[in-house]
Amino acid sequence: MDSSEIKQLQILAAKSRMGAILGTYHAKSGHPGGSLSAADIFTYLYFKEMNVDPKNPDMQDRDRFVLSKGHCCPALYATLALKGFFEWDELTKLRHVGAMLQGHPDMKGTPGIDMSTGSLGQGISAACGMALAAKLDNKSYRTYTVLGDGEVEEGQVWEAAMFASHNKLDNLVVIVDQNGLQIDGTVEEVAGIEPLDKKFESFGFEVIKIDGHDFNQIESALEKAKTVKGKPTAILAKTIKGKGVSFMENQVGWHGTAPNKEQYEQATAELQAEIDRLEGNC
Amino acid sequence: MAQVIKKATRESFGMALCELAKTNKDIIVFDADLAAATKTGIFKKEFPERFFDCGIAEGNMVGVAAGMAAAGKIPVAASFAMFATGRAFEQIRNSVAYPHLNVKIAGSHAGISTGEDGATHQCLEDIGIMRTIPGMVILNPADHYEMMAATKAAIEYNGPVYIRLGRLAIDSFNDPDTYTFELGKGITLHEGNDVAVIATGLVVNEALKAVKELEAEGINARLINIHTIKPIDREIIAKAAKETGRIITIEEHNVIGGLGEAVCDVVSAECPVKVTKIGVNDRFGYSGPALELLDKFGLTQPHIAKVIRDVVKEGK
Repeated sequence: MDSSEIKQLQILAAKSRMGAILGTYHAKSGHPGGSLSAADIFTYLYFKEMNVDPKNPDMQDRDRFVLSKGHCCPALYATLALKGFFEWDELTKLRHVGAMLQGHPDMKGTPGIDMSTGSLGQGISAACGMALAAKLDNKSYRTYTVLGDGEVEEGQVWEAAMFASHNKLDNLVVIVDQNGLQIDGTVEEVAGIEPLDKKFESFGFEVIKIDGHDFNQIESALEKAKTVKGKPTAILAKTIKGKGVSFMENQVGWHGTAPNKEQYEQATAELQAEIDRLEGNC
Repeated sequence: MAQVIKKATRESFGMALCELAKTNKDIIVFDADLAAATKTGIFKKEFPERFFDCGIAEGNMVGVAAGMAAAGKIPVAASFAMFATGRAFEQIRNSVAYPHLNVKIAGSHAGISTGEDGATHQCLEDIGIMRTIPGMVILNPADHYEMMAATKAAIEYNGPVYIRLGRLAIDSFNDPDTYTFELGKGITLHEGNDVAVIATGLVVNEALKAVKELEAEGINARLINIHTIKPIDREIIAKAAKETGRIITIEEHNVIGGLGEAVCDVVSAECPVKVTKIGVNDRFGYSGPALELLDKFGLTQPHIAKVIRDVVKEGK
């Protein structure tokens, strides 16, 4: 990627973060912290990596995406809106009665959502099912799933990990958004999941560790995953919870708290300043 | 009358899957290390490329099946009823039923007739658990022929289905030449207006024998076989309540949550009459041979006949 392409992605990611803030502000609830940490990953997947068509969201041989950490959908919704799956304005109705955008992803109601998720640990299994279906049909589409690092405490994640490597799902990419925080505190304090790389390795995965906010690293990891044969890939993406909004960064309290009006305005101003800076430099 | 076939419904289910898979290439079968017991092993032998053993990990199995369905396949996920609906309840609820995906959950070794394995494996709650999930179809076929037809209907229906399979070999009573299965429609097996007996699954044949025995005594009981517990046939139940004034339900399940309650829901709204529930009375089972347990728990012909007699004697 050249620097202007990276800047375009950075602008889109900042807009995705704005959407997550906009949505949770209007909803007066939701999960901004983990949305902001995963926004760069969502942006790269939808604008650079995946074969999807917003005009035909159910396209048969599209690449699949499962947000296993479903609560971080505000940023995913914003990314989908930026991609053209639905109107940006929908974000202002997030979590409202009768709204298209539910508190957690609903595949039946929202174009671009490939799997209903929200109960942690379940999305990765569904992603395995999609990857296996592609294998059975000799289709070349790939399946991507993003998990939280708190989420890997769920036993089902490891059932799915065993299944994925046993069935040689090299068309499956598991990305762990390692922002290091969960509701009750740091992941290290609450449960202690490390060494996560060795865990995935011992479960038969190709493991790649990256900075989840560096588009070059995201790109090279996903490109490398395409060359891995006979086993699934786990990308452990080190991220900052609340990334891009100064007062939310690395603050556990912003896991599931919506910004008030003042906080919304400040966060939006910070993100807009970042967009202006990037656009000015383009 | 056709030949009586003595077969466990789990085996009929495995046979039906094989038959259907010959023409339907989308059928994919998953099991959780119980293929020999649930009889999906029959399918595995014939279609190994479409069979996946998920190991002893039911939650993941159901999730994988959901993903498969989202990609257009017709996955069947089988385990013992206890683990399929108990261990994987939340995966069924959130990954399968909420998005209304086309996944078929098969729960084998349901009920007290699981026998020697004892209480941990005798699932008496599966119907209740599945009934609480919106949009879930629940099938509980009563003999070989009904299971063959029900499996076909489950595969043809586009949406989540739970199908209950038994371990114990039982005699068939349906005539395949005249039998038709319609999802959501009960079947009247015996006419009568003294009392209505509404049964499901393995105990239907016991109820049929009891009803025939009582005919000689001048008691005319109506017998209705409810193979689809959800959506339940409201019409046939309301009509029976109106015309007989007394209902007895029979099931190999806890009296809480199962057929008896489903019938009570209907009659309390449509035509309140007294309902006597025969089932497992809110307790756990224990080890023993299946036939002895069915007798101990009052689910065999003589016990059922006695209840019918008592209810008729008591009057309306």
